[in-house]
Amino acid sequence: MRYQLFSRRALLLAGGQGLVLSALGGRLYYLSVVEGEQYKVRADKNRISLRLIAPERGDILDRKGRKLATNRQDFRVFLVPEQTDDSKETLNKLGRIIDLSPRQLRRIERQIKRQRKFVPITVAEGLEWDEFARVNVDAPELPGVLTDAGLSRHYPNGNDVAHIVGYLASPDEDDVNKNPLYQLPGFKVGKQGLEDRFEAHLRGYAGTRRVEVNSVGREIRELPGRQDATFGDHLNLSIDLELQREATKILGEEAAGAVVIDIKSGELLALASTPTYDPNEFTRGISSQNWNSLLKDPRKPLVNKCVNGLYPPGSTVKMLMALSALEEGLVTPDTEYYCNGRHRLGDNTFHCWKRGGHGKLDLVGAISNSCDVYFYELAEKMDIDKIAEMANRFGLGQLHNIGVDGEKSGLVPTREWKERTRRERWQLGETLNVSIGQGALLATPLQLAVMTARIASGKEVKPSLFMASQSDYQDPFLYDNDFGRMRINPLHLDIVREGMERVTAVRGTAFDPKRPKTAQKIAGKTGTAQVRRITIQERNTTGVLDNKELPWASRDHALFVAYAPAEDPQFAVSILVQHGGGGASTAAPLGRALLDKAAEIRARAEPQQPSSLSEEV
Amino acid sequence: MGSARMFGPRRVNKNVFQRIIGLNWFVVLITAAIAGTGFAILYSVAGGEWDPWASRQAIRFSAAIILMIGIAVTDIRVWMALAYPAWFAGVALLIAVELIGATGMGGQRWLDIGFMRIQPSELMKIATVMALARYYHSRSLEQSKRLINLIIPGFLIVLPVGLVVIQPDLGTGLMIVAGGAAIIFMAGLSKWLFISAGGAVLAAIPIVWQLMKPYQKSRVLTFLNPESDPLGAGYQITQAKIAAGSGGLTGKGFLQGTQSQLNFLPEMKTDFIFTVLAEEFGLIGGLILLAMYGIVLGYGILIGIACRSQFARLLAAGLSITLFLYVFINVGMVMGLLPVVGVPLPLVSYGGSAMLTWCVAYGLILSAATHRHVTLAPKGSGLA
Repeated sequence: MRYQLFSRRALLLAGGQGLVLSALGGRLYYLSVVEGEQYKVRADKNRISLRLIAPERGDILDRKGRKLATNRQDFRVFLVPEQTDDSKETLNKLGRIIDLSPRQLRRIERQIKRQRKFVPITVAEGLEWDEFARVNVDAPELPGVLTDAGLSRHYPNGNDVAHIVGYLASPDEDDVNKNPLYQLPGFKVGKQGLEDRFEAHLRGYAGTRRVEVNSVGREIRELPGRQDATFGDHLNLSIDLELQREATKILGEEAAGAVVIDIKSGELLALASTPTYDPNEFTRGISSQNWNSLLKDPRKPLVNKCVNGLYPPGSTVKMLMALSALEEGLVTPDTEYYCNGRHRLGDNTFHCWKRGGHGKLDLVGAISNSCDVYFYELAEKMDIDKIAEMANRFGLGQLHNIGVDGEKSGLVPTREWKERTRRERWQLGETLNVSIGQGALLATPLQLAVMTARIASGKEVKPSLFMASQSDYQDPFLYDNDFGRMRINPLHLDIVREGMERVTAVRGTAFDPKRPKTAQKIAGKTGTAQVRRITIQERNTTGVLDNKELPWASRDHALFVAYAPAEDPQFAVSILVQHGGGGASTAAPLGRALLDKAAEIRARAEPQQPSSLSEEV
Repeated sequence: MGSARMFGPRRVNKNVFQRIIGLNWFVVLITAAIAGTGFAILYSVAGGEWDPWASRQAIRFSAAIILMIGIAVTDIRVWMALAYPAWFAGVALLIAVELIGATGMGGQRWLDIGFMRIQPSELMKIATVMALARYYHSRSLEQSKRLINLIIPGFLIVLPVGLVVIQPDLGTGLMIVAGGAAIIFMAGLSKWLFISAGGAVLAAIPIVWQLMKPYQKSRVLTFLNPESDPLGAGYQITQAKIAAGSGGLTGKGFLQGTQSQLNFLPEMKTDFIFTVLAEEFGLIGGLILLAMYGIVLGYGILIGIACRSQFARLLAAGLSITLFLYVFINVGMVMGLLPVVGVPLPLVSYGGSAMLTWCVAYGLILSAATHRHVTLAPKGSGLA
């Protein structure tokens, strides 16, 4: 009885066991066959990680293919904490071979604590070859130390083009989420200048590689299906490195800007601003000490004076006054005024720069001698809004959008402007000030160069920083030399040009007695822009103080605009030397030198195509 | 039953060699095959190395299987005589564990006795079955059916279960309860009483829930909704399902399981080892292992049916069910059918305790088979 009941119930339990085991088998069938595909995908998602390959950044080249920004081998040292028993000891040994600052060491220690132990930590980058070689030689003594030769951005002519090209820096916290590339160790991104503005164009496209990773993210092996990165595109600038270098050199330590423009094409050949800085330092990570000294320098090395600097243009705008008056029919080439050194308007006296006066002058003479009184006489008849219109047509008071950072539009005052900003009516005396390039009028050296090019050619020259041949991408600065004509009476332009030619001739303000007769003929205009207000008391007691007696910041700005050759204008130039004193004495020689250099370069080398992009400068 | 044909000719007085030869070598071989599967997986988990796990496991198994055969050829009367002393020893050890036990994995479970660590709860699984079999051996069917005779078996179960649960080791507690219930059922308790007792257990679930530790509760909750904690407790079960499921029909191949080779699987050499097998050998591999377990465990029950004494019957069938519970709870857990309770897969999971339990228990089952014709005195406490 007991036995039968036991057998029945035991068999029941055995059947139950069989059922349960079948259920487990069924569950396994469900997981692996019915839902198997889904779990295969999830298993692959677990183990396969897509890693990015950084693309090689495109070069920035000058008009002849010389490198302004490129990539070069960069020797780096990494530490893999898990491969060393004592990372402190290893770093100590490494510190005897390469310089490791306390700051670097602190950063490394922080990273060792924070990161997974198999992730390499950058110890040093930008090493010299011999340091790198020594680390490699001592490698057996340095467990966990890895060496690697990667690419880093390099500016072979950094100081000459810093303000145009800009620099790279590590992406900041906000950037990191925008693009997964930014998470790659050591990845740098354009932070200033063209490097920043053309980031997408220069960067190229990241490649990908599929790697198998384990549960903590360690790379086990690479899987097939690698896609290589696509090189970034090059950027071909219209800048001529040789001319640019010359401009930077002759501006020297002054706070100054120089612009050279090809009149026929509008291509900017030089856009130099001093003092300058080394963008390589920024890309490596500038020290706070150097950064502070750049910030504190009163000559503002970080400002691109050609486009960010606003200056009263002084007498360099007198051509525009003359053209406006001629076009309005207020004056003829024969109209003469007498200059005794001062001009009265109501209770105010306006002075000519020449204290004794110029005597009787016609329009051409007034330009070549830069007589202020002549223009005061004209200004009394002129309308500020008409002057403004003419200034705008010649490129003042507007952006030219050449693609560099922080370009400013300057200021050409009008009646409406004054009422809007000052809630006051325009005064005739202000027109007089504007007529000699003072008062509210502000321009950039770039605008003055464009103005000069338009006067010289009679065409609406548009400046461009890029080569005409660069047509493989769309950009708003694309070169177009099919410039329309300025709608100005050619005779009026001829009068102004004659005045400018005489500026550099005998008795002109920019006459150079030492200039050889064979040299190309230059037409120009000097300008000396007053920075401080000269009081009546100063005039009556000490007389107007000479610039040399004034502190630097109170001295006049020296300006010069010119084109050459006078008969067939090829190049236009504008020079500004901040607080440099007289335009004739300080700025004109620089302008002449640059025009001659531009002509020399063209005569020597034209026509020449960039032979190869890989050619070293 | 054709028991005579099934288990060999009826011979009672055999010497040790005859008894060894007379063992059912088929089930011993399958046991070895299951253990061998374990070595292979441990070899794979170590990235294709015998060290450190597969080799040690093999050495352990060699000792355990010798112990198993030794137990199998020892007279069943010895085991019946030891049934109650074993139960008392187990309870004493559990109390000792409570007082001086080594702590690990969230509970007090081990007694460190120098050269090895003893897990008294493993011994208790076997001792409780032995004690219950011994108890019912002395009761007639009429007695076994009656409620009043549940008092002592109830005590034999509840005391060790209580001690195990406070360790805390809920899995082992449940296994002792289930194994004990199976014996009471097979001994002949009225099925109505049995059904109402089952109802009472269900009614007790809310109370048990109240008594559970927070980590046990969270395991159950995570089991009910693994996605609620994808990085914590749910991570284990999710990764285990991915491993088992991604193996497909035939698996990714030996040493090719990505989930296991790349360390995505938790506890893969112990509790979750079955998923490594399923990943590398697929559905087919998993089914073969389950079938091998099914054969040896089903055989255990049939051995019980072939025995003449009630003690041997209940012992063989009860132990078979206890061992079956390991497989059921472990595989059900790693495939997401049961909450994660930390029960190893015997013979396969790395570690000695479950393997030892298996070999001792199966040794006892084989001893019952060897001595299936022995009739034991119903009331005798010694050798009859």
